[in-house]
Amino acid sequence: MKRRDFLTNTAATSALISLGGLGLNSCSSLNSKHITILHTNDVHSHIDPFPSSHSSYANLGGVARRATLVDNIRNENPNTLLFDAGDIFQGTPYFNFYGGELEFKLMSKLNYDAATIGNHDFDNGVDGLLAQIPHAKFELLSANYDFTNTVMEGFVKPYKIYAVDGIKIGVYGIGIALDGLVTKRLYKETKYLNPFEIALDMERKLKEEENCDLIVCLSHLGYDYDRPERPSDTKLAQSTHYTNLIIGGHTHTFLDKPDVRINKNGDSVLVNQVGAFGINLGRIDFYFDGQKNTSANGVSISV
Amino acid sequence: MNYLKLKQIVVFITFCFLLSCNQEKGGLSKVAGKQIKIDTSFKAVDSIENFVAPFKNRIDEVLDSTLAYVPNSLLLDDGNRNTSMGNLMADIVFQETHPIFKSKMDKELDFVVLNRGGIRSIISKGNVTARNAYEVMPFENYISVVELSGTAVRELITFLSTADRAHPISGLQIVLDKKGALESVTIQGSPFDETRNYYVATSDYLVQGGPSIGFFNDIISTTDTGYLLRNAIIDHFKKVDSVKAEVDDRFIQLD
Repeated sequence: MKRRDFLTNTAATSALISLGGLGLNSCSSLNSKHITILHTNDVHSHIDPFPSSHSSYANLGGVARRATLVDNIRNENPNTLLFDAGDIFQGTPYFNFYGGELEFKLMSKLNYDAATIGNHDFDNGVDGLLAQIPHAKFELLSANYDFTNTVMEGFVKPYKIYAVDGIKIGVYGIGIALDGLVTKRLYKETKYLNPFEIALDMERKLKEEENCDLIVCLSHLGYDYDRPERPSDTKLAQSTHYTNLIIGGHTHTFLDKPDVRINKNGDSVLVNQVGAFGINLGRIDFYFDGQKNTSANGVSISV
Repeated sequence: MNYLKLKQIVVFITFCFLLSCNQEKGGLSKVAGKQIKIDTSFKAVDSIENFVAPFKNRIDEVLDSTLAYVPNSLLLDDGNRNTSMGNLMADIVFQETHPIFKSKMDKELDFVVLNRGGIRSIISKGNVTARNAYEVMPFENYISVVELSGTAVRELITFLSTADRAHPISGLQIVLDKKGALESVTIQGSPFDETRNYYVATSDYLVQGGPSIGFFNDIISTTDTGYLLRNAIIDHFKKVDSVKAEVDDRFIQLD
């Protein structure tokens, strides 16, 4: 054994560990891990900014501008994830002409990590959705749509775990009831399963089996409804035990700031939705300290 | 001997890194949330704009050539039980579907019912293009013709009479009395006959949507035309010089 070789090898090992986010730099700032989660919902094929003549959203939105914003945030904090809460498709001729190809390609260029499936993402049928899958470099996540016996079987995962700077982030998707919203001809044999039962199942698995540090739900249920029997994000938040953040969609709700609800364990859950059409980008920053305080009670929330 | 010592030190330091870092991964301490408005302060990424440009140019080419002229704006709130925009849509569906249904099934189309929610835009006065048709009907919905029993037609008329919104109709006249009860129903100018079946053109969305949508609960047979609602609008624009419709007496409540 030559001393030089050993030193080189050990140094290389240390370097690899550094790359994994466990190196000297991160250790020196002992108590800070910082994860940024960015999100959109109901972009509805809005690729260009709204024209200056638009009565409500003049000069707002646009994918190319969103790309600049996302790049800026990623440069500031490389430990950033980008998600979408569904209804990517339908709303401009880009979808009618190209069937969602452009939407998926652009989301891939912006390095989206995952999206859930909205009701309008079925607008060209399960076949139309399948046709665009090759253009998506991000995951489609849905835990309560069962695609067995459809062409989409095997192309959608219930959840995905992201390891970012040593923090395990579990993300699962939840979709809205399809009957009455999407014609059967389009969703075919897709089965909608109870969103609350599935969400509880997912978060338990992500917390207890996978030991995730952070649990995020991408939901297309809708923010809140007058009719209490209708599943919504606010109801979901109050029914869960471990989910930290629900990124919502469907109702095109422009919230002034993220909503904070209390879950079954008495902990805080953030519910956020950023309107529609790519006008806004949601940003949630999570800071982790050195202590193992797994309860969120001591968490300071500023929204 | 010397290098063994060094080896131990290097290994020790490496383990220290690992241990201290493992301990470091702790609990959540702080959460901050905000929303960022995407406005003109963010410069567009050129590579993204350049990627979109050819797709956009092709769409503009197809959509922005003038097809006809609209002398008066077609609106969705200019009448109570019927509106100019709703009437235009229902009349277009009747005119464009009648000959297709006749040649395909050798039967007469009786009337048209659409859902108000399916009409997504008004048309402003001025030149009209295919882009207007996409705004009015962005969805990929096809025209279907359903055969209904007289009883099912009565249920449909009750549904329309009690609905919160003015669902567009054509070929059918519904008159309600002061209290909102049915005063008279005529189909193609003849009194409604509950003993016979009727052929009704509509959006496949309402046919496929199932009972939870309302409209058609009991369909005897369905004929799919394979004709997109949006294409019917575009074809109409191409046929006429000026696109006209107004609020009339096809669906009224007496006062």
